[in-house]
Amino acid sequence: MAFEGLAERLQATFDKMKSRGKVSESDVKEMMREVRLALLEADVNFKVVKKFVNAVKERAVGQEVMKSLTPGQQVIKVVNEELTALMGGEQSKIAQAQKPPTVVMMVGLQGAGKTTTTAKVANFLRKNNNRSPLMAAADIYRPAAIDQLHTLGKQLDMPVFSLGDKEKPVEIAKGAVAQAKEDHQDYVLIDTAGRLHVDEELMGELQDIKEAVNPDEILLVVDAMTGQDAVNVAESFNEQLGLTGVVLTKLDGDTRGGAALSVKSVTNTPIKFAGMGEKVDQLEPFHPERMASRILGM
Amino acid sequence: AQYRTVDEDFFEELEEILIGADVGVSTVMELIDELKDEVKLRNIKDSKDIAPVISEKLAEKLDKSGEDTKLNMQDNQMTVILFVGVNGVGKTTTIGKMAHSFKQEGKRVVMAAGDTFRAGAIEQLEIWGERVGVDVVKQQEGSDPAAVMYDAIQSARAKKADVLLCDTAGRLQNKVNLMKELEKVKRVISREIPNAPHEVLLVLDATTGQNAMTQAKTFGEATDVTGIVLTKLDGTAKGGIVLAIRNELNIPVKLVGLGEGMDDLQPFDADQFVYGLFKELVEAETGEDAEEEADNSSVR
Ligand SMILES: Nc1nc2c(ncn2[C@@H]2O[C@H](COP(=O)(O)OP(=O)(O)OP(=O)(O)O)[C@@H](O)[C@H]2O)c(=O)[nH]1
Ligand SMILES: Nc1nc2c(ncn2[C@@H]2O[C@H](COP(=O)(O)OP(=O)(O)OP(=O)(O)O)[C@@H](O)[C@H]2O)c(=O)[nH]1
Ligand SMILES: [K+]
Ligand SMILES: [Mg+2]
Ligand SMILES: [Mg+2]
Repeated sequence: MAFEGLAERLQATFDKMKSRGKVSESDVKEMMREVRLALLEADVNFKVVKKFVNAVKERAVGQEVMKSLTPGQQVIKVVNEELTALMGGEQSKIAQAQKPPTVVMMVGLQGAGKTTTTAKVANFLRKNNNRSPLMAAADIYRPAAIDQLHTLGKQLDMPVFSLGDKEKPVEIAKGAVAQAKEDHQDYVLIDTAGRLHVDEELMGELQDIKEAVNPDEILLVVDAMTGQDAVNVAESFNEQLGLTGVVLTKLDGDTRGGAALSVKSVTNTPIKFAGMGEKVDQLEPFHPERMASRILGM
Repeated sequence: AQYRTVDEDFFEELEEILIGADVGVSTVMELIDELKDEVKLRNIKDSKDIAPVISEKLAEKLDKSGEDTKLNMQDNQMTVILFVGVNGVGKTTTIGKMAHSFKQEGKRVVMAAGDTFRAGAIEQLEIWGERVGVDVVKQQEGSDPAAVMYDAIQSARAKKADVLLCDTAGRLQNKVNLMKELEKVKRVISREIPNAPHEVLLVLDATTGQNAMTQAKTFGEATDVTGIVLTKLDGTAKGGIVLAIRNELNIPVKLVGLGEGMDDLQPFDADQFVYGLFKELVEAETGEDAEEEADNSSVR
């Protein structure tokens, strides 16, 4: 099919050159073309691909590959190492404030999975870190967004702070933090409305919330199926808000998820969680090396 | 004014722009090859002459007969439209928008709350119902979506509705059981009304990359998708993958979503869409030309 893994691609290329014995520079070039295609088909942004392929090529031409008896595998090794390094190497944990409550803001495009992820992170914090989170319903725009969070709160038996859809999101965020202090809740997770990164008014609203409650984490929630536009979105959210991390959702699907690399490379913030389903317990800490293999189709 | 020459650099830039618009590498390569042939054939030298050729080539891939972007509306019976797609693409919102537009045409509309799974999904459709003044048929959260559809058909018939819009829960195409459930939903509709659903619209989010092809293929196989609604084109994503989908699977785009409001739904316009894919390349040049002209005039 269209989405062959990189390993198979390189094997095919290598089979062609095997008869000739030694690996030449133009062979390396051809292998790099396959790397480029594989990454583009995995939805890695073309600018990110360009930089990446150049870095890999440098190492490849720098003898590692050319001297090797198994250049195909050697290329894969180099690609995998570079990719894993770029993805962040190690797993990264959610912040915890010196003085509770820790304030976490969820931001992102429409339909990315913010509200679901808010509930998932709350569940994760309670189950794994023994914390007591308060969720805040600061999406006053999307029809039934508040109902959605309340329903999730009921499923989890966890408190949800809401002031309805008439108060401004900034006031809701402030109210939630005050409430958490009063009730000795140690995390406040703020669910915000989906918005376009180019929507000045709504991006301004997020900046206002940030200013008002001084969050310890601002997590960009990104749909793993996102294509080339992921860099624009991530870059823009990062510039306007200063992200501290990323959550990649819908990884239970069959997308290669190249957006992960794009987002990581433009924001330079860690991907902290992976969404693995629609249910509140389907959230996992993000594993950079697994993601690297997935993007490569291995 | 000076135009850049159509050379390797030009094609390289076009290639990047189209890949950047999610058209997909193989479709882009195919296109560039065709364009290069065309350029040779017509002896095109500068870029002002190539823009219409690019448009033509791209539009050719999208708009095969011109007619099939229209919805298959029934004259003498209720039209049933089923909405399918992965999570969060805009199915429910599109139904709300479409209900509004049918209502404005004077049609009687009913919406079926077939997403019984996601938290707040039924309430979301109900709010759209209030917003646009359309009835919603629903059951409890967690009930069988096929049963909701059965109910909705009876109820819409009793209300002498012209159009029934059926919402379904978002699902990823690799979830076999959920795809089976969707097949059952469709089967129940067809059993009640033999030639229904008259449209099965796959909702695709324009920000989606190459996975949209797999979505189209799998949803297509499960439910015989008749058209695509491409949402969220009001952002910076271009939705170029629909070109490859049209090319490989021959599923036409029928509507586009351009925002979250009830009026933000439009019929698909292939020429406008195609121009949007590569306008960067053309408009950047016109910008340069304009500057150049301004420079010249200041000299004069
Ligand atoms: N399969 C799967 N579905 C998910 C995941 N995360 C979220 N979803 C689904 O994606 C859809 C959108 O999720 P929401 O949480 O409503 O997204 P949102 O970002 O809050 O959306 P807006 O508030 O409208 O911007 C829902 O159908 C969720 O069930 C995931 O990791 N896997
Ligand atoms: N900017 C923009 N947002 C849209 C558009 N269409 C839908 N949305 C938003 O996308 C988000 C998800 O829309 P829904 O209609 O809930 O999507 P869905 O496919 O029904 O989602 P699930 O039922 O959870 O699978 C909401 O925040 C909508 O307001 C559009 O054309 N442009
Ligand atoms: K999405
Ligand atoms: Mg939400
Ligand atoms: Mg829905």
